[in-house]
Amino acid sequence: MTGLTLATALGGAVTAEESEPNPLLPESYDIVWSLVIVVILGFFFIKYVMPKFQAILDERAEKIEGGLAKAEKSQEEAKAALEEYSRQLQEARTEAAHIREEARAEGGAIVEDLRRKASADADRIVESAQRQIEAERQAASVSLRQDVGALATELASKIVGESLEDSARQSRVVDRFLDELEAQGTTGAALTSGTAGKDA
Amino acid sequence: MTFLATTPILAAESDGFHAPSIDDFFPPAIWFDGTWFEINRITLVRFVALIALLLVFGIAAKRATLVPGRFQAAIEWILDFCRYSITYDTLGEKDGKKYVPLITAIFCSVFFFNITGVIPFLNIAGTSVIGLPLIFALWAYVMYFGAGIKKLGLGKFLKVNLLPAGVPKGLYLLLTPIEFLQLVIIRPATLMIRLLANMMAGHLLLALCFAGTQYLLFSAEGGLKVFGVVTFAGGFAFFLLEIFVAALQAYVFAILTALYIQMSSAEEH
Repeated sequence: MTGLTLATALGGAVTAEESEPNPLLPESYDIVWSLVIVVILGFFFIKYVMPKFQAILDERAEKIEGGLAKAEKSQEEAKAALEEYSRQLQEARTEAAHIREEARAEGGAIVEDLRRKASADADRIVESAQRQIEAERQAASVSLRQDVGALATELASKIVGESLEDSARQSRVVDRFLDELEAQGTTGAALTSGTAGKDA
Repeated sequence: MTFLATTPILAAESDGFHAPSIDDFFPPAIWFDGTWFEINRITLVRFVALIALLLVFGIAAKRATLVPGRFQAAIEWILDFCRYSITYDTLGEKDGKKYVPLITAIFCSVFFFNITGVIPFLNIAGTSVIGLPLIFALWAYVMYFGAGIKKLGLGKFLKVNLLPAGVPKGLYLLLTPIEFLQLVIIRPATLMIRLLANMMAGHLLLALCFAGTQYLLFSAEGGLKVFGVVTFAGGFAFFLLEIFVAALQAYVFAILTALYIQMSSAEEH
């Protein structure tokens, strides 16, 4: 192609006098208008189209990078939050176990304490009851010893003093004895306590 | 050359067959005839492409949002292609960053001016006349000189480019003129001519196929009409090819610009 055109150019140079135009020799108007067009296009592209698209591309790259960074950041945050949550959960679990343990120990202590107290109370009650029983038993024993002695003495004297043949009399004697005994019983209580006190 | 030379004869021989010729690229003036501001059909085609480009990218840039829609995604796909596949792959991200707008502008503009060659009613590439490829090549030229001088300083820039390291001193006699030609003329000239020639050839091929089809179907006699179908199929294939070429040449122009910037600003070759 180049060869052909160069040949044409040479041919054109040789036959310059002829009317055949030489395609390699520009006409003045051709250059003028081409220059105008190229200058317009050059300015248009270099001053308008390319900066505009460059700005768009830069903005897009920035947005994408920003988005990626943001995603990464939120992922990290989520991870940190998860770790924090797990940690807190673990702590809470430990604390709950601790509290449960403490409560169990405390409950055990309370039960033990109460048991001890109850047992002490029971001991005390039993002891006081025994002491009372002992005292009463001693009182009864003192009073009985006194009474039995007196009764025996009295009964013997009665038996000696009266004839035992007559059953009527006998029964009268017994009745009288019992009446006396009864009468004595009322006054004898005071007497018994008096003697009991003297005994103790 | 032979093809171009024979076409007028063909045209003269057969009426009804309008063979494409070099004159297609020099249509009569519409306004301002003979002045520096003459406007012809191709200039108008360029204006149409310019307006389309301004509209497409202007609307895309104006409506650009953080979350792209389909239209914006398509535009961004093109811009990303220019950024990564052309600029960064050639210059690296660090050095390439400041040339992304330039490379993108060149790729998109060249493509739009190329593609008019296959757009119905425009039917000629804006880059198929020397003016536009020349200006684009000059732009690339200024940029790669600027890149080299800015990065290395004028002295080192010339030294690195004209006196390549690791070569026996005697060879400089041979190498330096070649390197000089390369730097100053050959690189921009190849940029310009490659684009121009591809677009011209594409137009001539398409025009020939469709003119042939027209002639064979409507003016030829009998059995010859069958060949009209063949030429039409050929035209259709070339039409598809031209779409590809339009994109390919835009890519080549852009990547060579990036490559020249890289070469002129590299510490070593």
